[in-house]
Amino acid sequence: MGMTLAEKIIAGKAGLPEVSPDEIHWVDVDLAMIHDSGGPRRIWPMLDELGVRVWDPDRVVLVADHYVPAQDTGAAQILQTTRAFAAEFGISSFYEAEGIAHTLLVEKGHLRPGMLYVGGDSHTCTGGVLGCLALGMGSTDLFGVLATGRTWLRVPHTIRVDIEGSLQKGVTAKDVMLTMIGEKGMAGAVYRVLEFTGSGTAAMSVDERSVLTNMCAEIGAKTGLIASDETTVSHFEELGIQVDQGPSSDSDCKFLENWSYDASEMVPVVAQPHRHDDVVRAADIRNTPIGRAYIGACTGAKYADLAMAAEVLDGHRVAPGVILQVAPASAGALSRAMADGTAQILVAAGAQLLSTGCGACPGLGSGVLGPGEVCISTTSRNTRGRMGSPESKVYLGSAYTVAASAIAGEVIDPLSVMGTSV
Amino acid sequence: MNVLEGRVWRFGDDIDTDLIVPGRYLMYDVPEIARHVMEGTRPGFADLVKQGDVIVAGDNFGSGSSREVAARALGEAGIVAVVAKSFSRIFFRNSINVGLVPVECPDAGVIQEGQTVRIDVDLGEVMIVDTGKLLASRSLPSEVSAIMEAGGLVDFLKTRIAGTGS
Repeated sequence: MGMTLAEKIIAGKAGLPEVSPDEIHWVDVDLAMIHDSGGPRRIWPMLDELGVRVWDPDRVVLVADHYVPAQDTGAAQILQTTRAFAAEFGISSFYEAEGIAHTLLVEKGHLRPGMLYVGGDSHTCTGGVLGCLALGMGSTDLFGVLATGRTWLRVPHTIRVDIEGSLQKGVTAKDVMLTMIGEKGMAGAVYRVLEFTGSGTAAMSVDERSVLTNMCAEIGAKTGLIASDETTVSHFEELGIQVDQGPSSDSDCKFLENWSYDASEMVPVVAQPHRHDDVVRAADIRNTPIGRAYIGACTGAKYADLAMAAEVLDGHRVAPGVILQVAPASAGALSRAMADGTAQILVAAGAQLLSTGCGACPGLGSGVLGPGEVCISTTSRNTRGRMGSPESKVYLGSAYTVAASAIAGEVIDPLSVMGTSV
Repeated sequence: MNVLEGRVWRFGDDIDTDLIVPGRYLMYDVPEIARHVMEGTRPGFADLVKQGDVIVAGDNFGSGSSREVAARALGEAGIVAVVAKSFSRIFFRNSINVGLVPVECPDAGVIQEGQTVRIDVDLGEVMIVDTGKLLASRSLPSEVSAIMEAGGLVDFLKTRIAGTGS
């Protein structure tokens, strides 16, 4: 019997001809990512305790994205430790304030189809967009990888998620994932890998596809995968990197389940406080005034998201009493938005531009919420207190939905301002 | 390590790490963070917990952020084991790595707050001491229990690569 893409990658890195679900194997890691929050300040003392160095500095990417820019001396010290770690261990792929790790790993060409990539963050799964097995872990696991280049894995079952057809105007990958999570629940794919296939997936840009793999964290999946295709290969070509098409699931492999979605039936949806699986149609939300609209995070502030927001905001102003904040996911996304006028449209509409980084999404940076504040956000989680005060409320939606709500001053369906031309 | 007995604190499904350790405390060291553990879902919890207590929860315990301090802070506050119907995989790994015992027990829902449970990790069994009821739990694969028995991944790797450097 054939193997799934996830099984193939694990078998290769375990040095075995084949592997089966639920087996445990030690594997070689191709690339490790750590960031300022869970990285050097936690891992360095462990390396010292064992008296070991980083196994291969060229296979480590270090990103300062959680505490940038420093808001107080504690954050400043965390960043100093991060820089000192890069210098001490010779990590040349070190980025500070250039963007969020998950966006940078895709943009800067660190990933390759078929790679086994481990990152010290739950949204590491984003990297599966380029056909690599991208696994999030905690600090001590990353210490183990940095010390030895190896880790253990349980071989996961794979669920095939077949998305067919075209998304209608104003509907996004974010709506697809929120719809799926609303249907399956936030534990809907615990320990499973979701492999996205179908014409709907194929038609999406890398930015949009990366929302599919990114939000696998929100459905409990081990990771998300999209086998590399023409879009993947041209992504690398644009970066000046030649790649082979890379591995894919065998036609006779065994998927645990097959989930099917018709992209053309999707509509804008919103997750309500305080669960990201409490999902309703945006059109069904009534009388929900907001004071804050937030476009940020690896999930929702890539170039494609900034462009969606600009499409809605062009020629409009944010409603009185609403603060619209935009924290681009990377400097690259911001540069592109500045070059083509997208950023100017956002600012002209009244958006406050914040620094690139994780920002308010994990409740750390600029723009955190106070008691009683109601926010609609392009981020991925709305657990009570996630973005600040436990007494704040966060709705989650696409950049279209957040921008439209910012103009309306309440949570609305973006189609009500964009028109339904389809 | 192999048999643990402790008083039970009950939690529901999908207790994510933002509820265990809200982001605003990530700045601090573990002892300080532990004073706020579970604050997102039960404020004041850290003051109630005694050394040796056990958390019993529903599905998907520890979901969300990979922050390992969630597992560390529970241990620092006195929790020795978490018995749950299912775990988020990152939290599960983190627990093993830092010496907090994760026990996957599909019938965990029948255990009530305030009861005492006796957990036999090797046998794969959870007993409610108050009633004598026995619940099956999943034993850890040997590759993984070896890490837990060493006291966590740092000590496990010490025995494997001590002196070899890199």
